[in-house]
Parts: sequence; C-alpha cells; structure tokens
Amino acid sequence: MAVTRHSDAVAPLRSSGPVSIWLGRHGRTASASFGRLVHQPFASLMIILVIAVTLAIPAALNLVIKNFTAISSGWDDALDFSVFLDTGISESEAEALARLIAQRADVDDVRLITAEAALAEFKEQSGFGSALDHLPDNPLPHTLVVRPSAANTPQSMTLLREELDSLPETELVQVDTEWVQRFHAILEIVQQAIMIGAGLLGAAIIVIIGNTIRLEIQNRRDEIEVTKLIGASNAFVRRPFLWSGFWFGLFGSVLALGLVQYGLYLLRPTVARLAGLYQSGVTMLTLDLRDSLAIIGVGVVLGLAGSWLAAARHMRSIEPK
Amino acid sequence: MIHFENVTKRFPGGQEALSALSLTIDKGEMVFVTGHSGAGKSTLLKLIALIERPTSGQVVVDGKDTRRVRRRKIPAYRRQIGMVFQDHKLLYDRPVSDNVALPLIIAGLSPRDAGKRVRAALDQVGLLHKEKKNPETLSAGEQQRVGIARAIVTRPKLLIADEPTGNLDPDLSLEVMRIFRRFNEVGVTLLIASHDIALIDKLGCRRIELEEGRLQQAPDEDDFLAHFGDDYVPQGGDDGWR
Repeated sequence: MAVTRHSDAVAPLRSSGPVSIWLGRHGRTASASFGRLVHQPFASLMIILVIAVTLAIPAALNLVIKNFTAISSGWDDALDFSVFLDTGISESEAEALARLIAQRADVDDVRLITAEAALAEFKEQSGFGSALDHLPDNPLPHTLVVRPSAANTPQSMTLLREELDSLPETELVQVDTEWVQRFHAILEIVQQAIMIGAGLLGAAIIVIIGNTIRLEIQNRRDEIEVTKLIGASNAFVRRPFLWSGFWFGLFGSVLALGLVQYGLYLLRPTVARLAGLYQSGVTMLTLDLRDSLAIIGVGVVLGLAGSWLAAARHMRSIEPK
Repeated sequence: MIHFENVTKRFPGGQEALSALSLTIDKGEMVFVTGHSGAGKSTLLKLIALIERPTSGQVVVDGKDTRRVRRRKIPAYRRQIGMVFQDHKLLYDRPVSDNVALPLIIAGLSPRDAGKRVRAALDQVGLLHKEKKNPETLSAGEQQRVGIARAIVTRPKLLIADEPTGNLDPDLSLEVMRIFRRFNEVGVTLLIASHDIALIDKLGCRRIELEEGRLQQAPDEDDFLAHFGDDYVPQGGDDGWR
C-alpha cells in the first residue's frame, strides 16, 4: 500500500471540472432523494396530495376571476345610454328625436321603447300584473336606448352623454356603467381576498413540507451525526433534504395543475351553455403555459423554502458528541 | 504530528477532563492512550477531532493550530483525519461498500471513482468479499474492520481510534491491532485510546497513561525521541501476533 498525501487522495477528479462535479453531486442526491420518496409511496402521496389541493384552490379561484374579468371587459364597450324623456313628450315626438339622434356620427343605433311597451314589459317581469291595470295612467315615460358607436373614446362618451342630457326633451340620462364598475370592484376585492388566501395557503405548504422534512431529519439523526463526524459539511448534509422539498413541491404543483385541468374539463358543458346564452364566442380561459409554469415555480419555491427552514433549524442542533 | 500544550478541558459543571496536559506525538508514531474510564482518553481524541474545544491551551495537529480552525472549516479539517470508534458508527441502511465510500463521497468523488479505492480499503482489512453485505449481518469484529476501512479510505496521515477493540474478544482485538500496525508501517500516525494494557504491551508501542486528566509517569520526551524518533521503525514480527 502506498500512502499518498491526503490532497492526492481526494483529487482524482481528473476529467471533470467543478461544474460537472457540482452537477454530479446534485444529480446523485436528487435521485437518492427521489428514491426515498418512492420508497414510502403512501406517505409521499399524502403529502403531495395535500400540497396539490392547497395549490389548486387559489389557482382555480384565480382562473375563475380571470374568466369573469375577461367576460366583463367586453361589457364596457357595449354600454347603452337610457335617455328617459319628459312625460309630456308624445310618441311621434319621441320617434322624431330618435331619428335625429341616430344621425349622429358617434351613435350607432337608437331604439325607442314606448311608454306602453315599457309598462307591458314591466307588468310581465315585475309580477305585479293586473295590479298595474288599476293605475289611472301610465307613469312611465318614453325611453330612447342609445347605443354609442364603437369608435367612441371615454372622452367622447362623456361628451355624448352631456349632449343627450342637455336636450330639452330629456328628463334623465342613465348610463349603465355603474353596475359594471361595481362588478369590477367586487371582482377586485375577491381577487385580493384570493391573493391573501393564497399567501396563507403558501405559508401552510411551507409548514407542511417543513414538518415532513423535520421528521425525515429526526429519522436520519444518527446518519447525520455519523456523516458530520467523518467530515460532512452542513451543506452536504442539508442537500438531500432540500431535494426532498424540491420533489414534494414539484409533484405537488404538477398534481395541482392536473386537478385544475380536470375541474375545467368538468365545467366545460356548463360554459358551453353559457356561451349559447350569450350567442357569442364566450370561450373559457384555461391555464396557459405561463400560468402552469408559475404554479410549478411557486410549488418548487415553497418546497425548497419549507425544507430549507427545517434543515437550517435542525441541522445545527445535530452535532457529533 | 500532534502537539498538546498546557491543554485543559473543563466541562460545564466544573468537571475537569484534562488538566494542563502537554504531549507530543511525532509523525509516523503509533501511540496508545491508556487510563481508567473517565481519565480523559476520549476527551483527548475529541479535542484532536474538534468535536470538543479546549478550555485553555493549544492543540496543534499536523502543524495546524486548531484554535484557528473556524466552525465552518471543521468538516474540511476532519476529512484529513481518519477516525475509528468503539461502536463503529456504521450506517445500517446501506451496504458495506457504501459505508466505506462515504468519506470519498463527502469529499466529492463520484461513486464510480470511489469504487476502486473502496475495494482497496476493504482488501486491506480483509473484507473485500463482504462488499455487498449489510453491516448488520457482519460480526462485531468485521463491523469494526469496516469502520477502519472507512477511516483509511481517504488515506489520511493521521488515524485516531477510541477504544477500537472495546467490544471485541482478544483474538479479534489482535486482528484489529495487526491492521493498525500495518498502516503504521507505511507511515500513518496512529493514536489509539485503549484500556487493553496486555495487548498494548505485546505490541511494544509507546504508551501515554492518563489519570484524572493528567499524564501519569510523564514520559521523558527526549527519551522517547531516542526510541521513536524520525527513524522509528515499528517493531514486531517476532512477537507472535503478526
């Protein structure tokens, strides 16, 4: 036996550079950690499932919001003005006014709803029915529903509204933007609530993974102690646990994607019916590549964060005695 | 190779494991530390392995003042030293070969590069044929030899062993000592804590006896250097145990 210096002893890394050493180490640790995961399929699956559900909930809700936002953004352009005329205006006067307004360049179409038609519709829809027959006369005015042309800017819309309002025949101009704005505000609140909820769920994932890694560290306490005793650095000892966290995060997020996609698949017929009602190409927004990568990225980062916290906290306490 | 200068180790609670201990072990020596349990043998080895730090005094190992070895550098420092333990400290979830390979893997070798060295180390302790076995299936003596193979696989210049034969019967103990002796012959410095005085006397190696943390019959260093100086050649061959 020839005794060589220690530096020689650990130097036969001839053909490989530092990067490939690093890659090699991580590759082997990664596959070993993966092996341990597979070795306990039930326990691993439970954790992955919990992570998947926890990730899927905010992802799905966010997708719902995204769809609503997409649908409702179309409503902004198709806003009609309801111009309620003075009750003293006759039907023929109203018709003349409608034709006049329809000639404007910034108006697409004007539709007259006569007082009679409005009352008939109200009777039918309100359910008061025959009670309304006892009214001495029709309290409703004629109404012009003015559809602005699509070329209008917000400024020209305001201008159009003001001009309609200043017509002598006009009692009131009502723009149906308010409910759209309210709807958007509600969507925004819901979206923020989802973000806060997602943050909490993210913290929960860190705790779940951290706890799992903590147990794994406890189980391998002797092994950690021995490897440290024979010269393993904290980084060396930490590495397999970080990889465990990585795998949990990765598989959890991939499963979460699967859950969301399955949910979308279940919703498809319902959405098709809705699209039919709108008689338009309402298509459901699904997870695109960016969303999917974002979910996987979040899962992986949370997995690494959880395992890092657990490893950092417990690794130092395990020192050879 | 190892130099203790006025080293005192006091544990929390006031108990003094080593008291102003000074000693020198030269390169290429094979030295035994003896003494009753609690005399400070383990503490002495732990100070060398930086498992413990001295309360006062200086420990120099291979020319390096261990006070200067920072916490983060301890792993790299330990990799320079081979360590053998009474309870082997093997990992029972993997085969013998993986246990022996561990120091090489820690040092960054790929398992493939490590394989040749692992087999060489196992060959030296006579366990090449048990490479694939789980250490649990081996006898205590064999397990200890696996521990030794793991300690020498990185070819350290210094090997420390804490009661390596503590759990072994006389025949196995002799076998283990014989292996140690062979390493010593090729230049490895060995420091072995043991209470098996009969066995040590057979080997004819230098003996440091500790009692309550102090050297007993403090050896005259000059005298020792005369016997075990630079041209110290391990004895043996005619004492019947080789």
